[in-house]
Formats: sequence, structure tokens, C-alpha cells
Amino acid sequence: MAHLSLRNVGKTYAGGNQPAVCGINIEIADGEFIVLVGPSGCGKSTLLRMVAGLETTTDGEIRIGERVVNTLDPAERDIAMVFQNYALYPHMTVRDNMAYGLKNRGASKATITERVNEASRMLELGPYLDRKPRALSGGQRQRVAMGRAIVRQPAAFLFDEPLSNLDAKLRVSMRMEIRKLQKRLGTTSLYVTHDQLEAMTLADRLVVLNQGKIEQIGAPLEIYRKPASTFVASFIGAPAMSLLDAFIENGAITLEGHVLAQIGNMAGPVTLGLRAEDLRIAKEGLPMMVEHVEELGAQRIVHGTIGAQTLAVIDTGEAAVQGAVRVAIDPDRLHLFDTTTGQRIESKRQTARELAL
Amino acid sequence: MMQRIKPFDHLILIIGALFLIAPVVMAFMSSTHSAIDIHSNGLYFTPGSDAVGTYGKVLTHRGGFTGDVTGMRMLMNSMIMGLGFAVGKIVLSMMAAYALVYFRFRFATLLFWMIFTTLLLPLEVRIMPSYQVMSTLGLLNSYTGLIVPLLASATGTFFFRQFFRSIPDEMLEAARIDGAGPYKFFIDILVPLSRTMMAAIFIIMFIYGWNQYLWPLLMTTDESFYTLMRGIKSILQVWIGSQIPDYNEAFALAVLAMIPPVAVVVIFQRMFIKGLTESDK
Amino acid sequence: MTDSPLRTTLPNGALLSRLRAWYSADTPNPAKRVQFDRPLTPWLFLLPQLAVVVIFFYWPSVQAVTSSFYIEDPFGFGSTFVGTENYTDALTSSQYASTAMFTAFFCVMVTGLSLGIGLLLAVKADKVIRGAATYKTLLISVYAIAPPVAGLIGMMFFDMHIGPLTDLAAFFGHDLRVGINYWDTAFALITISVWKQIPYNFIFFLSGLQSVPVSVREAALIDAQSGWRRFCDVTLPLLAPTAFFLLVINITYAMFDTFPIIDVVVKDKPANNPITLVYKVYLDGFKGNDIGGSSAQSVILMVVVAALTVLQFRFLERRVHYG
Repeated sequence: MAHLSLRNVGKTYAGGNQPAVCGINIEIADGEFIVLVGPSGCGKSTLLRMVAGLETTTDGEIRIGERVVNTLDPAERDIAMVFQNYALYPHMTVRDNMAYGLKNRGASKATITERVNEASRMLELGPYLDRKPRALSGGQRQRVAMGRAIVRQPAAFLFDEPLSNLDAKLRVSMRMEIRKLQKRLGTTSLYVTHDQLEAMTLADRLVVLNQGKIEQIGAPLEIYRKPASTFVASFIGAPAMSLLDAFIENGAITLEGHVLAQIGNMAGPVTLGLRAEDLRIAKEGLPMMVEHVEELGAQRIVHGTIGAQTLAVIDTGEAAVQGAVRVAIDPDRLHLFDTTTGQRIESKRQTARELAL
Repeated sequence: MMQRIKPFDHLILIIGALFLIAPVVMAFMSSTHSAIDIHSNGLYFTPGSDAVGTYGKVLTHRGGFTGDVTGMRMLMNSMIMGLGFAVGKIVLSMMAAYALVYFRFRFATLLFWMIFTTLLLPLEVRIMPSYQVMSTLGLLNSYTGLIVPLLASATGTFFFRQFFRSIPDEMLEAARIDGAGPYKFFIDILVPLSRTMMAAIFIIMFIYGWNQYLWPLLMTTDESFYTLMRGIKSILQVWIGSQIPDYNEAFALAVLAMIPPVAVVVIFQRMFIKGLTESDK
Repeated sequence: MTDSPLRTTLPNGALLSRLRAWYSADTPNPAKRVQFDRPLTPWLFLLPQLAVVVIFFYWPSVQAVTSSFYIEDPFGFGSTFVGTENYTDALTSSQYASTAMFTAFFCVMVTGLSLGIGLLLAVKADKVIRGAATYKTLLISVYAIAPPVAGLIGMMFFDMHIGPLTDLAAFFGHDLRVGINYWDTAFALITISVWKQIPYNFIFFLSGLQSVPVSVREAALIDAQSGWRRFCDVTLPLLAPTAFFLLVINITYAMFDTFPIIDVVVKDKPANNPITLVYKVYLDGFKGNDIGGSSAQSVILMVVVAALTVLQFRFLERRVHYG
């Protein structure tokens, strides 16, 4: 068990001119569960593999505990990894799969037996210890992969999209199990996923990556409530936050000619972010043309247009929604972003409110 | 899938099977008759009564110019040739393929091409200089000379390289995190993973080694190194000028020469087809 | 541990990039993401194969090329450099020309017939359900028979005293004299070679046919009424990669692997008998002691084979697309 720190970490592939990952600074406390999330190709897996020692680190410094591990072999880094395809050794029994790493480290027979038994009790793998991975279901294989990591009692767990190969239902239950297990063991964890829901539910802190750079680090709700950029805003949360072109004139935000709220002394074009659940269908408000309704049971998502721009609204009502409706907006829940940089703009109005609180 | 079965399809298959199998059956049946019977009546489709005598003679009679090579001896040599070649091929090519797939090192590409160029030229086109090299090295009339030069072709290496590349990357990554170095990974993980592939390639290579003709023909003048294929050549040479050739013995020798490889193919049919169609040679 | 599998130390060039394209395209599986970074260990693993390749492949191959430019003294008193004389001798000799002609004819016949029959049998075996396993076993078992054994059995069938095929020809009024009459011998060689090669083609065509997805077959059943149309429009195009691969293999077979059959049937008496180019290399080298000439012929053959193999590699590259 140890803290993990990445300082100014970057990687440029030989022959590549763009760095795959660059300027990564993360301090991970002992026992913390950190999720790296981002679209495919954002460098999250590369970063994880750099921590594991499966990819070289060309810039910066990775520390596990007090040791700088940049040049150490994966086996010397005191980490365990759970792979997307489990990477179990198909010719070994479940027991041997879990024991292999310990055996290579020269652990005594007694230690190996004890740890394997303990892990299999924890993961309810007891009845399968003498089976080959081939004879197990996807969920069971995933547990074995977890078991292999647990028996090692490493300083950190690294998870590389471990649930992607499971069906939706199993994914949800395994997700909870992983979190419970990690809490119980208190092992520092670094978890990679492209699924924002998985990221939100698992993480102590989220790291949102885009094009090899960190967009935002923070607790899940913090990121959800105050996305640092349009990228984070559209990536975290479902349905995605609607981003619309708006304009600030004389201290008022206007969208397609409608004034939404008063705001400080800014001026010019701005990107307006609206979460579907912050909007509601009402008698008063912006006029919207309904295009399509997605029924989800407990609620429904109404997709429509304001002028030429699309918008999603969550509605919990019973009445049919069609044609022209009006949408009410809570002026406190507007997100503003710079149109060119995509960065969040903290409006004076919001700041004033927060200060008052 | 619904499709009507047409008798015509079966007819063609039966004709085809007959065309392929009948000569083999007739060779076997004829080998159980005496040479005189064959000489006067032609080939047989039914068993005769001379089987024990003929096969006994072929297996134990000391023939050849030096008079000390028996069918048993040739059978043994063929076996050594088949097994030695198959084992040598698997060992050499697995090791080489492992180095090429799992290591990053200088000149890897160059070595890849050096090894795979051997696929370009069959032994037959460089037979003359190969013979000279063997005689320079003093390897004529030796098992080493019979087997090792045939290992120079990279078919096996090519096959194992393809196979290793199809193994998920994570296998090595997991093993490295588990603390396995290059030797441990090879022995603990890769070799057990390759078992089926090794068996498939073993079958193909055994047949290939067993069936070698030209190379043993040149390599062996000492009759104690004769294989069955070499024996076939000499039994035919003896014929020239004899009144009634030993048809029965020639057939018996042919049957002996084809039983092991045919048996291997029939028994391990599935594995054999897999090995053949997936290794592309 | 970078991602690039090829940190080549060689300069870039058109040929090299072509080679590299094959190198990376010969398999749908790319190089490993992670490899061991040890400077010496891979050499240890490669050493046995490299030693064998250098001693038994490169050394003789280089020697073949060198001695093709010399004429060896028949009494063993050294050799004389003659430049390309061996090549011009070979290429202008009428004997070489006729052997080359026969080799080409032989290749076309053997390849065409064994591919055709193999395909026919595979298509039929793929169709039938009853007895499919038995047919399959019967049809492939001959694969394992060595060419010289095939030659021996074939010889018996064409024997002038006991051969049933000689009798059959006599019944049709033809006096089949294998080993004496040029075209009769050619006929026997082709028959035996085709017989031996059918199982190989059968195996590949059958596994090619059986890898056609059931959904595609069912779609074809719906779209095309006649079986022949279905075969031409759906099955044949899907088999094209297999067929092309087999074409190259069969040509190689006809050119080189038939050596034992020819040797058994012709038995060192090439006087008025058809032989292939490889057999001539062997005869001129070992029986005629014309090492220079034989080497020159070897080199010519090497070029032909190399071209064929390049073709095959190209095909392998393409097959990736066919999935």
C-alpha cells in the first residue's frame, strides 16, 4: 500500500512527432480509487501501462511509494494489473493462475496456499480452484483475474477496462464488487475506462483525459456540476449536456433572441451548456419544437430544437409531448464556456452567489 | 440447410475414391502373392497366401551389395529420419520464432529476412552444392547429415511466428507483471500454450521427413544408413536384367514405406488438416 | 518498449518498403506491443536456426552461383572462369529447350488436372452428408504416400508385363510402352503426379468450402436457383484465394516435388524419355559431372522459384482482405 505520484509525465513514441501523453500531474493518496476516463485514443490506457511498466516513460517521473519506478521492470514495481481480456494462462488451473506470480517471487508454499485460499474465499472462487479458465464463465474469469491481483498484495492495483467484456447486467454487479473489495483491502487503485457511468460510480476522484492531456481532475460530482471545459461537459453525464451558441449583450445572455439571464459585464459570443435535468417543460419559457421523445420509463428525454440548435430536456410528466412546447431554465444552472478555447467561464453572477453561501 | 442429395454426387465421389485408393489396395493385395503369380496373372485385388513369407523376407533378409541391410534396418532409419526431422524442426523453429516475435533487438528485421529467404529456394535447386558442402564437412553417411540440412527451410519458423503473433499481447504482459523473464515465459507459458500447434506441425514434419527421397539418395552410400525410400530405389535397380522381378517384394517394401505416414494421417486427421491448412505448407 | 515493431537500421528504399509491407502484412496479427529488451537472449534462441541456415542454405546457394561461372576440370585439376558461358550454353542448347518445354507442359497438365479433380471432389464431398467422413478419410489418406512410393506403384500399373493400365490401353488398341515411348512415359508421369497431388488440393478446397459461412450459403440458395450458377457466382469467387494459393503450390510441386516419381519411372535412362528441369540439374551434375552447367541451371531455376514465391507472398498479403 502506497501513494502514487505522477509528475509531469509524458510519452512520445519513437518516430511519432505528437506526444501520446503529456504533462500529466496526479497525486494519488494511499488507498484512493482513481479512475482515468476519456474517449478511445485519449491516452488513458497508455498512461496506465506506463505506470505498470509495460510502456516506457519518456518524460517526467512516476513514483510508487517513495520509489521512482521509471526504469524498473513491471515485476519490480510492486503493482498488479487486471486486463480487459483477463489474460489468464489458459493451460493453468485457477489455483496455478493465482499462484504463478507468487511462485516467481519465491514465496513459500505455505504463503502461496494461504493467500490463494484467502483470495478465493473473498471472491467465492473456492469450487473452481482446480478448473481451467476455459471451463469458467466470463464473470468467473474476471474474478480469477482479480484474485491474481489480490494474492500479490501489491502497492497498487491497475485496472485496464476490466469490465468491458462482460454483459451489461454482470458489469453493474462486478462494478460494485470491485469497489467493495477495494474499500476492504484499502489498496490504491488506478482504473481505466471509457464508460463515464462506470467512472462516476467507482471513483474517489476522476481524471478526465483528452488527446493525451488532463482536462479535469476532481470528485465525480464536482466534475459533473462544474465541468472545466466543453469536452468534459459533453463527456460526463447522460444524456450529454446540450451545448448551444449564445450571445452576451448588455449583461444579458441571449439564445436565439431570447434573454435567459442577467450576467456581469461580459460581452460577445459564448457557448451555453444546459443539462437535460436542469430543464423542464413548462407553461413559460423558451419555445422549443419537439422532434423526438425517448421513453425511459421513470422519465423521458425530449429532443427538440430552438431555432436551428438542438436541445435535450428531461421530462417526468405523463402528458404527451409534441409540437411546440416551452422550456423553463433555472438561471442558476447555466454553464458558460469560451467559444474558442472551450474553457469554463465563471460568471460574476454565479461567483456572487457562491460567495454569499 | 436443405439440399437434395443426388446420386450423381455419390457416383463422382466413389469414382474419385476408387481412383485414389484402388492402386494402394492392389499394391497391398499383390504383395501377398508370389512373384511368379503376379508375373503370369498381373495385379491382384484379393489377398494371397504368401504374405508372411514375403514380408518376413523383406524385413529380415540381408540384401544390398554389402549384404547387411535389412528391411528392419531401413524401417528404423526412416523412423529416425521422420522423428529426428520433426523434433529438430519444432525445437529450432519455436526458438527462432520466439526470438523474432517476443524480442526487440538490433538486426531483428535483417535476421527475419535471412531466415525467411530460405522459403524461396527448395533443396532441389541447390542440391549439387549442398552435396559438396556436406562432403567438405564430412557429414556424408551420418544421421546428422541426413536430418540437419533439411532443417534449413523456415516453414516451421514461419508457422510458429504466425501462431505466436496470434497469442494475445496481454499474455506476455501479465507474465511480466507476474515476474516471468524470457526463459520462464517461454517454458512456463509459451510451450504449454503451443501444445496443439506442436502436435499438428509434428505430424506434417514427420511425414515430410519420412518421405524424403532425393537427399538420402545423395547422402548415403553406406547401406546401413538406407531409408525405405532409398531401398525402393535400389530394389528397382536390381530389377534391370532379372528374369522375373521381385514384384511382391517391391510391393511389400512400398506398403511398409506408406503404412506409418498414412496411419498418422488417418488417425490424427483433424489435427493434420488443421496443421496443414493453417501453416500453408 | 516502444510501439513501433520495426526500428530498422537499414536505409529506406522502394524495395525495402515493399518487403516491409509483406513483413507486416503476412499476418492479420501485428507485432507485439510489449517485447523483451535484452540484447543477447534473442541471439541465443536464434543461434541454432541461424547456424543451420547459414551452413546449409547460404553457403551452398552462394556456391551454386559462384560455380555457375566456372568450368570444372573433369580430372579435378581446378576450374576455369568462363563468365556467363555456362548460362548461354544452357539457354541455347536444344536439349535444354526441349526439357524446358516439357517442364512447362508437365506443370500445366499436372496443375490443371489435380486442381480440377481436387476441386470437383471437394465440392461433392462438401455437399453429401451420408458417408462424408468416410469419403474424406479415403480421399486424403493418399496424401501421406511418398512420391517414390507413388512412382513405384504407378510403375507397376504401367508395367509392360503386369500393368493393368497397359492392358487397358491394349484393349483400346494402343501399345503403351512406358519407359520407351516418349509420350507414353509422359502420360504415366502426369497420371502418377496428379494421383499423388489430388488429396492435397482436396484438403485445401474442402476446408475453404467449409469456411464459407452458413449465412452466405443460405443467401445464395435464396438468390440463385440453379446449383451451377450458385457455384460460379458465389462459391468460386470465395474459393479464389485458396485456388490461387494452390496454383502456386501445385506449380512448385510439379517442378520440384515430382523428382522422385521421375527418378523411379525414368530410372537414370533419360535417353528418349521426358524429364523436368530439376531432373536435368541432377543428371548433369551428378551423372554428367558438369558442375558449372548444372549450377547455371540451378541458378536459372532459383530465379523462377523466387519469382513464384514472391507471387505467393503477394497473395498472402492480399488474403488478409478476404478475411
